Amino acid sequence: MKKNKEQDHRLDYGIFAAFLIFLAVSQLINFDLGMAMGENFLIFARDMILILPPAFIIIGLFEIWVKKETIEKSFGNSSGFKKHIYAILLAATTVGGTFVAFPVANSLYHKGADYSSIFSYITAASLVMIPMSVMEASIIGLEFTLLRIGLSLPLVVISSIILNKIFQQGNYVLPANV
Amino acid sequence: MQALYVIMVILLIISFAFDREKTWKSIKRGKNKLMKILPGYLKILVLLSLVLLFSEDFIVEYLGGQNIILGSFLGLIIGSITMMPGFIAYPLAGILLSRGVSYMVVAAFVISLKMVGVLTYPVEKEYMGVKATIYRNTASFAIAAILTLLIGLYYGEVII
Repeated sequence: MKKNKEQDHRLDYGIFAAFLIFLAVSQLINFDLGMAMGENFLIFARDMILILPPAFIIIGLFEIWVKKETIEKSFGNSSGFKKHIYAILLAATTVGGTFVAFPVANSLYHKGADYSSIFSYITAASLVMIPMSVMEASIIGLEFTLLRIGLSLPLVVISSIILNKIFQQGNYVLPANV
Repeated sequence: MQALYVIMVILLIISFAFDREKTWKSIKRGKNKLMKILPGYLKILVLLSLVLLFSEDFIVEYLGGQNIILGSFLGLIIGSITMMPGFIAYPLAGILLSRGVSYMVVAAFVISLKMVGVLTYPVEKEYMGVKATIYRNTASFAIAAILTLLIGLYYGEVII
């Protein structure tokens, strides 16, 4: 099983390398489609290269240092409604949106957060990110942004509570050691 | 983004002051986790470079149609599938609005863009499992649709 997984990854890296070569060749021969893809690629690659390493080191520190009881108390089953507030506050300050929110949510879960906290957290991470919302307000309008955030958060919390009910009934567990 | 580095450095210094051993362990844990998921992120990168080729033109061309319901529906679909950084998505939304496209259609696109991630599946499923990923995105799509309708009602663009 483990070996399969490793071979899988080798294939992934192979495809990725081929893709990079394609982008480079496109630049050399002025292949429009490839050059446009290169531009799109750089936009996201730059963000990922800058954000992921520090984000994962902070996640590493979190996993090693933070005690399970601490997270259980604020994000666990017994925390009541407060956990949604904490989840949304954490989401608003998460740099990198969902890309970073997924691993953070997984770590929170294994430290004792319940399903509703992490669902609220992930969905809110893309909805209320502060820098993005400021940009949105300046282009589309403050009224629109306030309306969007004000209407979406209650719905997100309600859906997280429903999803929590569904997942608590089954024996579903999130992947460990990822 | 700089804030992230500042926070990391501060945390590392504090951690190091308390326990060197644990600090190295933390860094190693972070590195290992990143290496495990890296193929997932790379997959998303390749997919995004491809999808972004078509999505901008598609949005400008099809979301500006006359039919507000159809426009909103297309907005929800394209917003769910694609993914864009804010500095592309919001100016695009601004262009749509300046062309007289309704707030409802813009809302459909902007909200589903944020909430529903079809392209981020390779990473989300690794951390959340397949079932939770599908459930969360389905719920998010439903919420995006409700919000779109509410915003349409608010701006008086649709009437029930």
